[in-house]
Amino acid sequence: MDQFTLNLLFVGASFALYIGIAIWARAGSTSEFYAAGRGVHPVTNGMATAADWMSAASFISMAGLIAFTGYDNSTFLMGWTGGYVLLALLLAPYLRKFGKFTVSEFIGDRFYSPTARMVAVICLIVASLTYVIGQMTGVGVAFGRFLEIDNTAGLLIGACVVFAYAVFGGMKGVTYTQVAQYVVLIMAYTIPAIFISLQLTGNPIPALGLFGDHAASGEPLLAKLDQIVRELGFNEYTAHHGDTFNMVLFTLSLMIGTAGLPHVIMRFFTVPRVADARWSAGWALVFIALLYLTAPAVGAMARLNISELMWPNGTDAQAVSVEQIETDAKYDWMATWQKTGLLGWEDKNGDGRIQYYNDKNAEMQEKAAANGWEGNELTNFNRDILVLANPEIANLPGWVIGLVAAGGLAAALSTAAGLLLAISSAVSHDLIKGQLNPRISEKGELLSARIAMAAAIVVATYLGLNPPGFAAQTVALAFGLAAASIFPALMMGIFTKVNNKGAVAGMIAGLAVTLIYIFLHKGWLFIPDTNSFTDADPLLGTIKSTSFGAVGAMINFAVAFTVSRMTAPIPQAIEDLVESVRVPRGAAAAVDH
Amino acid sequence: MSDKEAAKAYWKTNVRIILWSLVIWALVSFGFGILLRPMLSGIAVGGTDLGFWFAQQGSILVFLALIFFYAWRMNKLDAEHGVGEE
Repeated sequence: MDQFTLNLLFVGASFALYIGIAIWARAGSTSEFYAAGRGVHPVTNGMATAADWMSAASFISMAGLIAFTGYDNSTFLMGWTGGYVLLALLLAPYLRKFGKFTVSEFIGDRFYSPTARMVAVICLIVASLTYVIGQMTGVGVAFGRFLEIDNTAGLLIGACVVFAYAVFGGMKGVTYTQVAQYVVLIMAYTIPAIFISLQLTGNPIPALGLFGDHAASGEPLLAKLDQIVRELGFNEYTAHHGDTFNMVLFTLSLMIGTAGLPHVIMRFFTVPRVADARWSAGWALVFIALLYLTAPAVGAMARLNISELMWPNGTDAQAVSVEQIETDAKYDWMATWQKTGLLGWEDKNGDGRIQYYNDKNAEMQEKAAANGWEGNELTNFNRDILVLANPEIANLPGWVIGLVAAGGLAAALSTAAGLLLAISSAVSHDLIKGQLNPRISEKGELLSARIAMAAAIVVATYLGLNPPGFAAQTVALAFGLAAASIFPALMMGIFTKVNNKGAVAGMIAGLAVTLIYIFLHKGWLFIPDTNSFTDADPLLGTIKSTSFGAVGAMINFAVAFTVSRMTAPIPQAIEDLVESVRVPRGAAAAVDH
Repeated sequence: MSDKEAAKAYWKTNVRIILWSLVIWALVSFGFGILLRPMLSGIAVGGTDLGFWFAQQGSILVFLALIFFYAWRMNKLDAEHGVGEE
């Protein structure tokens, strides 16, 4: 059976599984279907949250970014897990006690202002839309590889599938479907990692193998990797190269953003008790950590494998020949990925070999001149292909490759569809029914939801064709926006007595400043070539646009406190609401509203 | 003690637990993982140093421990102050 058929089989079987579970769960009990999450055990809820949360950015993109940058991109690992601490300690139990179903409802009630609710809805839509753009980038990569077609065509087909998937909608609410998605996703991520860790280090646990010894050379794996990338003129893998201040800000932005994204927070509204909200956050992180502790091993081991494949006899000997790439089965993955346009090589000096090295490095330029090399010949290696290509690079059996294809699609599709649902309900329910036209019919509401969903996917697909960065980087921008707008409002709503005007001014200031800073660096509305600055040389010192969310959050807090101090204090009823949110007693009643 | 005073004392203890937890949260990630890494560079861990391990593994494990500790501690505190769910 060829690889294409095998991939088709795995992807088809995984989808049949999700749909089958959805139908089984629906048949079980209708009320259970609508109350997804309630009455569900914290462990099950945690697993479903993990599936919801881990998207194309975590699954497809993150390890690739770590692989090619090394230590400096640990920010993604710390940022996307550290946010759960903030969520568990600062938000989840109190929002559960409050007992409504959406983030904007809480903000509207706590700040006793329809304006605050509307501003919150706009913040959510902006952050979610940016998030979908990142997902679409991942969808394009996954479909391009899976169908063995060009990335652009893959993206367009993927967009249609995502749209159909989101319209089918209800599936999203079934906790057990998400549990199945999690199982497929985590197996697809860890099984190839275990194989590769065994090959390279003899240790079946990738997280331990990463710090173990490289079996072939007897040296520690990371020391070996440092040595090989140094010999090719790249930055040492484990060393710190970037700006420390920017690294701290970026990590903080991802953490705060995690605690400010609506689709994660919402899961904690529906657990049965406040105590369960606390446990659920912990279980979610357990299941997320399984992937996140494996990701750095995947990155480092793939980088080592790629370097050794390009220099099969060591960096002092000859590079791999074009003939070997074309004929040796170990290099088949290069031809497959070339079809997507995301991997490319060119024998610039016509010596019949492909030299992969850092041609920006002065020492390497000398070496190149001496050897007659004319620049790096592995001309294109898109970071987002690394995880999907990884089992092929390591020459693993065909069924593992098929499994990874199924996992990548599950990650990208489920989160993209979930976000589209969130956007469409925000537009139709919160914006149109809640604000513009309260007397809209149910039919009209449904229609506007569909239109909003279609519009969102068209915008996301268009921008996904020319994304502002690799999937995880685009998603990081979404986290920055959530960090600057939603998180401060929620936190001040619980921990302080900031009033309505303060909250509204804070959210607007945080969102506007962050959005402008991002557009200045990534182009207005993310349209290419309309940017005035780049992240290589940012407007404010070393602060990249991806790291600005933390600054935006500070601005939000500062503006809110200042405005609140100058305007009327909160009324007694709201004071009582804040007091009641702070204690768990009486939470059971809130759920039945 | 009135309900209001009980709630106030409960909240004060809660905020203190949160603050201490966040100190540890920041120490293992921003501290050991990034800012203090040069100071920990003498401690070797599998071909690299302790700071690298904290940035890619240790911080995540500590985050997990923190969330479970907080859940356990708060559920106990709820009972002590009589503000838990019935």
